[in-house]
Amino acid sequence: MTRDLLIRGMIVGVIAGLLAFGFARVFGEPQVDHAIAFEEKMSQAAGAAAEPELVARATQAGIGLFTGIVVYSAALGGLFSLVFAFVHGRVSSLSPRSTAALLALAGFVAIVLVPCIKYPMNPPAVGSPDTIGARTELFFVMLVVSLGALAAAVGLAKRLYAQHGAWNATLMAGAAYVVFIALVQYSLPAINEVPEQFSPTVLWNFRVASLGIHVIVWTTLGLLFGALAERVLAGQRPRYRLHAAR
Amino acid sequence: MSDIALTPSAGVTPIPLGEVLPWAIFGGLIMLLAIYFIGAEEGAMSLFSGMYVHEFVHDGRHLLGFPCH
Ligand SMILES: [Zn+2]
Repeated sequence: MTRDLLIRGMIVGVIAGLLAFGFARVFGEPQVDHAIAFEEKMSQAAGAAAEPELVARATQAGIGLFTGIVVYSAALGGLFSLVFAFVHGRVSSLSPRSTAALLALAGFVAIVLVPCIKYPMNPPAVGSPDTIGARTELFFVMLVVSLGALAAAVGLAKRLYAQHGAWNATLMAGAAYVVFIALVQYSLPAINEVPEQFSPTVLWNFRVASLGIHVIVWTTLGLLFGALAERVLAGQRPRYRLHAAR
Repeated sequence: MSDIALTPSAGVTPIPLGEVLPWAIFGGLIMLLAIYFIGAEEGAMSLFSGMYVHEFVHDGRHLLGFPCH
């Protein structure tokens, strides 16, 4: 059963990655090109020799981007299906489709939205190579805390459920999650390495494109995986169908 | 409707933990390793020497929001 879900999760992840790659190619790459042009202009102005290209730009923007997004997305789909296999019937007693959709929404918020509010995605030319260690550390700390807080909030909602009902329990746990995240983000150090002359329009467009990629990936995971999981689980559980028909 | 669907007695049996766990550990490790290679290899830390992996997935790394450069 888990194996069937895992395979489907990865397949859905690949499909999500293909869609996201198409989007990234059209809306993301122009911003990356603008950023690299800015980077080169700055290093020329500083009198530095042009850096030798280890990988051609066309490769980076083509098969490199493709590999990056599809592999990331397939792996994410696999992880998503594993969490789904654990959560289904245990944390959530909703239908597989609803569980998958909610899980994707929660995943998007905890993995993409919350970390990027504090440490937003940056195009090339933004960010000093000297601070990559600290920036990576802070980014992953934010990510892990965000995921932990989400799990805790779900646990809290489950506990409040019996006394307050689904709606109020969700609102209370949601509020606790938001307050906790606000405190964490307030106390973590800020990182701002955007060069002063960097175009704000390019920065904005880059970040919107990046968010768009994630929205496509998570929407596909939530909806398509849910539909496939429903089929996998339907064969196993005739009682579920009766329940859904009510 | 949503209240009905939320009642735990609705008859949705979870997949046994013993069945999920081996896949979760094995699969989880491989997936995380894949994400590591796309997101962080040859950035903050390196398993391989050189910059090829970093440069190859560079655009994806930036557009997916991983710290880079
Ligand atoms: Zn970079």
